[in-house]
Amino acid sequence: MSIFSMIVAALLFLGIFFFAIGAIGILRFPDFYSRLHAAGKCDALASTLALIAIALFNVRDFDWTLFQSWDNLRVSLKILLIILFVYVATPAATHAITKAAFIVGIEPWEKRKRNR
Amino acid sequence: MARLVTFFIMLFFWILISGMFDPFHLGVGVFCCLLVTIFSHDLLFYGHPDLPWLFDIFKVLAYLPWLFYQIFLASLEITYIVLHPRMLEIIDPRLVRFRTRLRNTLSRVTLAQSITLTPGTITVNMSGNEFTVYALTQKSAEGLPGEMETRIARALERE
Repeated sequence: MSIFSMIVAALLFLGIFFFAIGAIGILRFPDFYSRLHAAGKCDALASTLALIAIALFNVRDFDWTLFQSWDNLRVSLKILLIILFVYVATPAATHAITKAAFIVGIEPWEKRKRNR
Repeated sequence: MARLVTFFIMLFFWILISGMFDPFHLGVGVFCCLLVTIFSHDLLFYGHPDLPWLFDIFKVLAYLPWLFYQIFLASLEITYIVLHPRMLEIIDPRLVRFRTRLRNTLSRVTLAQSITLTPGTITVNMSGNEFTVYALTQKSAEGLPGEMETRIARALERE
């Protein structure tokens, strides 16, 4: 097993790990807002790692004389563009859901009820 | 000038996505890019009709690795909190309000997006220069707006 495929495998496993953390977080956190933390944040990093791994694996035997290799490079660039779109879309979606919940009036969970 | 740059960015994007190099597909691409350029050339570089932004791109590129590093730290922190056996004792959610000194709409939106992406904080509302942020722990609430605002100001604001 070459070093290259070991790097790809490590990135993929890290990605899966953070996805799993996100899922566990959704189950464990006490209320709506804190669950969004787990859902919105770990996914950004996890999908980045997984997509970088896929993009690297796609250009594994790059040969600049072959057209097929350049086509693979183009596909890898497309995969990297997905990361960019995830980075724009994830916070916007998280924000939209949070704001909607806030307007509807869901009370945030508090550690101790403060006296007013 | 902004139109020309918009056109070439669109065309590059078209070729990247389509991957077809025969005259028909390239022709359709050029036609569509021209249409988009004519109708919405002022959207891509909103508020920057002249071209000094070309230098700003490098500053934005310098901001991105730092943002990624912050996202990595954020995920590690969330991982620690999620896997902690007595999680409910660590977290202390609260709403924080603060005013930003960023003037430009684009940099404000960037700040809001960056806040949502990084340690234990979600932007709930943004109206004018006032941000409402939902923070997961006391520590993350204290870190606002902090270094991120300074860096965005350096990357996107011009004096």
